[in-house]
Amino acid sequence: MAKVKLDGVRKVYPNGVEAVEPCHVDIPDGELVVLVGPSGCGKSTLLRMVAGLEEITDGTLHIGDTVMNDVEPANRNIAMVFQNYALYPHMTVAKNMGYGLKNRGLPKTEIAQKVAEAAKMLNLEDYLNRRPSQLSGGQRQRVAMGRAIVRSPELFLFDEPLSNLDAKLRNQMRIEIRALQQRLGVTAMYVTHDQVEAMTLADRIIVLNAGRIEQIGTPAEIYSQPASTFVASFMGAPPMNIFTGTSDGQQATLDGGLSLNGAGAPSQTGKIQIGIRPEDVALDPSGPLPFEVDIVEELGAHRLLHGQLSGQPFSVSLNKDEPASTGPTKIALKPGAVHFFDAEAGRRL
Amino acid sequence: MKRAAFGQIGFPILLLIPQLVIIAIFFYWPAGYAIQSSFYLQDPFGFGSTYVGVDNYTRLTTSRTYLSSFWFTVIFTTLVTFFSLAIALLLAVKADKVIRGAKTYRTLLMWVYAIAPPVAGLMGVMLFDQSRGNITQLLSTFGYDYRLGVNYWDTAAAMITVSIWKQIPVNFIFFLSGLQAIPRSVREAAMIDNASGTSRFWDITFPLLAPTGFFLLIINITYALFDTFGIVDTIVKGEPGNNPMTLVYRVFVDGFRGGDLGGSSAQSVVLMVLVLILTVVQFRFLERRIHYT
Repeated sequence: MAKVKLDGVRKVYPNGVEAVEPCHVDIPDGELVVLVGPSGCGKSTLLRMVAGLEEITDGTLHIGDTVMNDVEPANRNIAMVFQNYALYPHMTVAKNMGYGLKNRGLPKTEIAQKVAEAAKMLNLEDYLNRRPSQLSGGQRQRVAMGRAIVRSPELFLFDEPLSNLDAKLRNQMRIEIRALQQRLGVTAMYVTHDQVEAMTLADRIIVLNAGRIEQIGTPAEIYSQPASTFVASFMGAPPMNIFTGTSDGQQATLDGGLSLNGAGAPSQTGKIQIGIRPEDVALDPSGPLPFEVDIVEELGAHRLLHGQLSGQPFSVSLNKDEPASTGPTKIALKPGAVHFFDAEAGRRL
Repeated sequence: MKRAAFGQIGFPILLLIPQLVIIAIFFYWPAGYAIQSSFYLQDPFGFGSTYVGVDNYTRLTTSRTYLSSFWFTVIFTTLVTFFSLAIALLLAVKADKVIRGAKTYRTLLMWVYAIAPPVAGLMGVMLFDQSRGNITQLLSTFGYDYRLGVNYWDTAAAMITVSIWKQIPVNFIFFLSGLQAIPRSVREAAMIDNASGTSRFWDITFPLLAPTGFFLLIINITYALFDTFGIVDTIVKGEPGNNPMTLVYRVFVDGFRGGDLGGSSAQSVVLMVLVLILTVVQFRFLERRIHYT
């Protein structure tokens, strides 16, 4: 168990591409941090640098109190779970789990005992003598987890461990991973491109975009105070509506002429971007904002209304028991619903 | 796989006939003929033959030259197979780690594959030549008098070296592709589990290469037994004398040079049985230990 500290860690590939810009991250002991972002954003590269599978171009990496930049992966006291499980196909489940311990020179009886413990925790006791090819996807994922657990590492690294599983199994494994991590109290870094996974698993989320950290915060912070239009539209489904508009310092006006009375305005004047979450809106016949509904999408628990607000595309998410139909209607904004962003860089104002 | 159903037996047989005819004409007929003539003593001028029973076989067991060829073939095959596999594996493992200029490097290593065995043999003869061979000259600077075609062991060394050299590229290509078929994440998982590169190789990489290795083992034994004919021929130059010979080459020498068709037929039958035993042994005992993913 250890805290992790990334100090200006950066990755530049030999061809000059900067995959990860210098980043500063502090992960306290026992926290589960989720790295999330679209593919190619550098989240896996960052994780692999922590694992030691990728060289760190600049900056220092601490795990515990040790600088780990030039330490072999096997000597970092970490455990990693890979997307495609990465089990050794020629070894039994028991040998897969025990391989790391064997190389540390642990006596056989102790290895067997630790493997048995992990197998019990993961319901794998009946499969210890099977080969990975004789297991289902979920069981293989469990073996990969078991291999990570038996090492009693200071840090767990997860590289999209659930994306090869079907939706139902993924939800179940997600809960299991969270429960396991909390029970063991081991610090963990978890990479995913799935924002639902990120929101549900994380103590804190790191949102990456194009090799840069956009925001670090708790799921609630990320959701309610997105630091940029990128974070706002990446986290949350359906994504936040982003409008172009202007501000005169007192009042914000959407392009198309609709003013958002009472929503406040940033001190910055001129062109801005305005964000409104689909679920921060209520249908209200006496509301101030006219909304033209074009399409109604049924999602069971929710309904999505797509249409135009002030001539710009707008989506609203309603509870299933609220009636909805196409055509003109009026809406009201919930308090704190409006987010303001810089027009060019998209930073929060 | 989907099963196609044929209404009558006639049509599938018709489809199989070309393949069956080829096998019959080029394999079963000559093999049958060899077995038959191994029991006869042929007149050297082709005027007839006499049935001699198993005389041709018993003669082999007492022939000093045949037995020496037999043991030479065993050693030759073992050495050629082992070293061509081992060196190719080493090269493949190293080439797999090359990042810059990897393609050029790999192409250079595969090049030798394009050389026909007799040409390889000729190049070997030139390199090992008594008067102007580079290797001969190199060895003489160390005070060793290398005599190709005269000294039994010198000739054997040249044969083995050239045969190994010729076979390395094929093995290299297969090993390299086998290495690259091992998922990167499995190797990375091993890096986290084990700090020692050597022990990682023997624990993870080597077992995962075993199917490739087994396939190559069979290919290489067959190569060393049969396909080295061209190399042996160019080095020995059809003048066996005191020189070492592989069994296949002896079949040719005794049969076509010595005119002993019955004896050389018996030799080929012995070879057939040998290959049969080898194949059975390989599949029954070795393949069981290999894990195909």
